Amino acid sequence: MKQLLILSGKGGTGKTTIASAFIKLAEVKAYADCDVDAPNLHLAVKHASEEKKTDFYGMNKAEINTSLCSSCDLCRVHCRFDAIDTCPKYSVDSFACEGCGVCEAVCPMSAISLKPAVAGVLKLYANNIIFSTAKLNMGSGNSGMLVTKVKKQMMDAVSETDLAIIDGSPGIGCPVIASISGVDMVLIVTEPTISGISDLVRIIETAEKIHIKISVCINKYDINIKNSEQIAVLCNKLNLPLTTVVPYDIKAVKAVNDGMTIVDIDCASGQAVKQVFDETIKILFS
Amino acid sequence: MKYIQVFIIMEKSNYKIAVLSGKGGTGKTLVSVNLAAVAKDVVYIDCDVEEPNGHLFFKPVEIKSQDIAVLIPTVEEKLCDGCRKCVEFCKFNALAHINNKIKVFDDICHSCGGCLLICPQNALREKPKVIGKIQKGISEDVVVISGMLNTGETSGVPIIKKLLREHDEVKQFIFIDCPPGSACTVMESIKDVDYCIIVAEPTIFGVHNLNMVYELVKLFNKPYGVVLNKCIDGENPAEEFCIKKNIKILGKIPYDNELGLINSNGLIAVKESTHYKDMFDSLHKKIIMEVKHETAINS
Amino acid sequence: MKIAIPADEKLIDKNVYPSFGRAPFFLIYDIETKESIFLENSAALSQGGAGIKAAQTIVDNDVEVLLVPRCGGNAADVLNAANIKIYKTINGSIKANIEAFNSEELSILDEIHPGFHNHGKE
Repeated sequence: MKQLLILSGKGGTGKTTIASAFIKLAEVKAYADCDVDAPNLHLAVKHASEEKKTDFYGMNKAEINTSLCSSCDLCRVHCRFDAIDTCPKYSVDSFACEGCGVCEAVCPMSAISLKPAVAGVLKLYANNIIFSTAKLNMGSGNSGMLVTKVKKQMMDAVSETDLAIIDGSPGIGCPVIASISGVDMVLIVTEPTISGISDLVRIIETAEKIHIKISVCINKYDINIKNSEQIAVLCNKLNLPLTTVVPYDIKAVKAVNDGMTIVDIDCASGQAVKQVFDETIKILFS
Repeated sequence: MKYIQVFIIMEKSNYKIAVLSGKGGTGKTLVSVNLAAVAKDVVYIDCDVEEPNGHLFFKPVEIKSQDIAVLIPTVEEKLCDGCRKCVEFCKFNALAHINNKIKVFDDICHSCGGCLLICPQNALREKPKVIGKIQKGISEDVVVISGMLNTGETSGVPIIKKLLREHDEVKQFIFIDCPPGSACTVMESIKDVDYCIIVAEPTIFGVHNLNMVYELVKLFNKPYGVVLNKCIDGENPAEEFCIKKNIKILGKIPYDNELGLINSNGLIAVKESTHYKDMFDSLHKKIIMEVKHETAINS
Repeated sequence: MKIAIPADEKLIDKNVYPSFGRAPFFLIYDIETKESIFLENSAALSQGGAGIKAAQTIVDNDVEVLLVPRCGGNAADVLNAANIKIYKTINGSIKANIEAFNSEELSILDEIHPGFHNHGKE
């Protein structure tokens, strides 16, 4: 089975719109949404079955037993994450707490202990098509592990199939790196804006550190032809294949708002994405 | 004798206004950059340290750069007796003990300082490791401060902390361009602000994520309002959401090819045409009035 | 000499686990005595640094050779520092891989992938 990951670098480039089109075109039996901070794929691709939820535990978080606390302040002094609140009593700010255990170690009254903390929820939709996704709770860090679990959940549930499509997350950090691990190819969706180009360079840097096939797709290319040409030159210089470009298409917005993908209706962006899909699959299976 | 009660609303000396959105690409930077540019004599701080973009528009000059480092442990081998208490303590598995030596994994370490405290031989010290930088410059009358996380580093939170606490610029308004989403970096960015502007786009994705960030600002008890961006004719699910939840709509920016083109070229719209200058001017006035009103009520 | 292999279940006929750091178990197999022990991998539940912790377990069990399908940079650092050789497994069961190793059919693993947090290894 081959895994195709769709990334963007900058948010809002159309990653999920294109991922949902690919899912429809490929008639995949397995797909996942690794944008655990702001998952959107379930809005674009409807899945028939009930969801199965599993709690995701992140790092343990510290808790202070106020009845044992002597207000000596050692915990707050040693906490490097500003996670100890003192008003009205000593307590731990669980959003800031990183679970390092320093407060537990320095407390002379043994009033602090690290406890398991739910940091998010994994969701699995499984009939003959597997859809794996998750939502990280607000303020959580540690999304790399949750991303890994989303992929593992999909792999464990799927039986024989050729292709799995993974919608990744924007950015360059831990969740992106975790999503790249183990995939066969990355399709980077970008847009011809100064911000988009800057972020494209950073995501290419991040993805290139792992030896996998990379391809770049310029979405909304006609909002700025000059910048699109600049991206083409950059890809040529880096020896990265560039797919067919996709035009800005107001029908795309309307399709998505009506719960359809761009390949479900007759529109320019849909036509272009069909070609992007064919080109990508060819590289993936070559 | 008649007594006349006079209410004086004290203005704060500075207002920190965060601009955020549930997802990337909705127009956070468009809004924060143009508001700062039209406001004049303000500070713009870019907290989206993974993908900072504001400086591309402002093109600041007189840039002063400061490396941001976190502390990583090192071992004084002569003092280490191989007891492994540090390896066992580390919740992040950043230490290993091989061939009687302690090996530290810089990229895994969270700089908590725990191993130093736990070592019975006092054999651990700390050294700085650069994870990114802060650049400060000027663009006409806006002080532009950007945080940048080096590729490969995992957490931008230490940079955001420095950005917001140590900038020592004394201006009445500070616009903070936040990272997208609602993770720890966003929380760090809005923790101490006076007001939150949420930018939303009229798509199903946009509303879904608007809801997330709306929950976040409520959790932090911040006064907030929404700017609807990329508005097109027809249904606007984001607008409907705001009306349903009684969320104040501060303004609407229509989708327009010209604005898209200006923005895609890294230009500041309010400097390119009077049409956009007027639009952001009136948005700015509305926001300032709202911010002063909300913070007066809350103080 | 002891060799280690990541395992999904405590059964020598089952396939090798697809990765190292988060494998549920490690089989520690003594080539001379033909004794095998399945160790639970405490690193499997770690938030981060799983490769490092798993490698520490391997080092602490006097293993000289590790058979894995892939290995991250951080785990490799620990294993290399301990002079543990890393071989690439072939598709198939744990048992088949032990036999392949004994017949000198396996090759050294030379594509170490960067860990999730460590990207300077290129």
